[in-house]
Amino acid sequence: MTTETIRSSSGRQPRHLTVAAGIILGSLVAIALVVGISVGIGDMPIPLSTTYSAITNRLGWTMVQLNPIHETVIWEYRLSRALVAVFCGAGLALCGAIMQAMLRNPLAEPYVLGISAGASTGAVAVVILGIGAGAFSLSAGAFAGAFAAFLFVALLSNGARGGADRTILAGVATSQLFNAATSYIVTTSGNAQQARDVMFWLLGSFGGVRWPEFWLVSIIVGLGLIVCLFYARVLDAFAFGDEAASSLGIDVGRTRIILFALTAIMTATIVSMVGTIGFVGLVVPHAARFVVGPLHARLLPACAVTGGVFMVLADIASRTLIPQQVLPIGVVTALVGVPFFSIILYKLQRAS
Amino acid sequence: MSIRAENLVWKVGAKTIVDDVSLIAKPGEMLGLLGPNGSGKTSLLRLLAGLKRPLSGQVTLDGQNIGRIRRRAIAQRVAFIEQHATTNANLKVVDVVKLGRFPHRSMFSGWTSDDDAAVNDALDRTELTAKRNDTWQSLSGGEKQRAHLARALAQSPKELILDEPTNHLDVHHQISLLRLVSQLEVTSIIALHDLNHAAMFCDRLLVMKSGKIIAAGAPEDVLTRELLGDVFSVEAHVSPSPYHARPHIHFVR
Repeated sequence: MTTETIRSSSGRQPRHLTVAAGIILGSLVAIALVVGISVGIGDMPIPLSTTYSAITNRLGWTMVQLNPIHETVIWEYRLSRALVAVFCGAGLALCGAIMQAMLRNPLAEPYVLGISAGASTGAVAVVILGIGAGAFSLSAGAFAGAFAAFLFVALLSNGARGGADRTILAGVATSQLFNAATSYIVTTSGNAQQARDVMFWLLGSFGGVRWPEFWLVSIIVGLGLIVCLFYARVLDAFAFGDEAASSLGIDVGRTRIILFALTAIMTATIVSMVGTIGFVGLVVPHAARFVVGPLHARLLPACAVTGGVFMVLADIASRTLIPQQVLPIGVVTALVGVPFFSIILYKLQRAS
Repeated sequence: MSIRAENLVWKVGAKTIVDDVSLIAKPGEMLGLLGPNGSGKTSLLRLLAGLKRPLSGQVTLDGQNIGRIRRRAIAQRVAFIEQHATTNANLKVVDVVKLGRFPHRSMFSGWTSDDDAAVNDALDRTELTAKRNDTWQSLSGGEKQRAHLARALAQSPKELILDEPTNHLDVHHQISLLRLVSQLEVTSIIALHDLNHAAMFCDRLLVMKSGKIIAAGAPEDVLTRELLGDVFSVEAHVSPSPYHARPHIHFVR
């Protein structure tokens, strides 16, 4: 039996690698394709081939003559927007997957910790109350607010010592508190236009993002993905709860702090750039789990890819569903996500 | 000794759950832990596994204070089976058993043939080989419990701590689990409710009441009519079994 096991495992290894390489390649092609489509859509339609040439030109691989207006639109506006959408979707989905594993709750996502609520309060405080007297941007305010919320949750849930349920309760309480603060500021201090602007920002938009945002979010989410992958097996070991994880040799308190801080950093970065986009963190991990199973070494990359593609598609939908008008991205993710989620729930129910 | 506890005290709020408990588990012996519900068995087992820190006193593994040993190093030799560990993740049985290899693998190491052998052996011993690719949610309560045992065996422990592992099992699987544990070359500490099973399989018994150990020793010395009346409030006759010579308890209706 032993020789057979060795032979089969050594024979399996190269095939595994080929399959893995194929899947990675396929994922990259899928992402490139939706990004290309996204870049092509807008007031000025741009064919996929033009986008492709514009990129290869810039990389110095080709010297195709292109319409300079097209090139400007691609480089200055649409490509950065589409790529930011990829990383935001990937980041939110990863955060959802981590939190669902650590809190052992299928409803957990970054917003359960109240991080988005904190970001909103921070943004509103900067925009309406003028805190920081112009020294802070809306993003900086949102980032500070998100972290304040995270620390508040950590305090309420007694650091790492509180259990999973306690963390969720602390998150719900924090959300309520910060949402109330946001509403209070908007209703007492803002004028109608400011309230509308804040509302639009809160529901998420990729409208303002350019290359600086791309670099920041790609580095944060990229590093986040690498760290998560190191913790893939640890997340698996949380399947039976904190005590079981601890008896398998995991420092539960330290792991929880590291991974929650990681989700807080990713979420805060994303929310401060594009507003609070709900539902991606909740729905994508479930969809991915349905396809690749619960083991995190596969689930986490699957979440990153699915989340990225889903977000770009949602961005395309937000720009095309209603002519001449851009819908808030959060509205699209929920409108598309809920029916999709219902299908998964229905299928899961039948499977069990 | 392998596991030794000295004057352990554990409290929840003002309530003392484990009250000045000292014990020694000799290498290779199967130590049964008896006691009514709420007598502190689970808390004591958690302290022994190093999952909780005692308020005072200490647990030592081969003479070393367990509080000073890294979690991973503890997990490489002590396996713990909780009472009601469940999950909403739909893992396969083999994936659950593979979790037992976690403390033996570094963050970067791949899956080795040793790991494979340990997992296959654990599945084999727990009669789960045929179920290796079944999903967790499709298992019966007894199969889940055996999967937990398989996971613990895959951990290749020197010490095995089990909290009422025979709950939910039918009588065939109760006996086969206890027989398996008693045949393992590991030190095991096992909380049990079935006194006859404890008498049959354990080398020594400890009896807890209100957080204290009130009796310890060989089954025939511990399981007396007086003790059963005092600790469990049952009337019973105890006599050596004609089949295995260990004490057998007949409860009086």
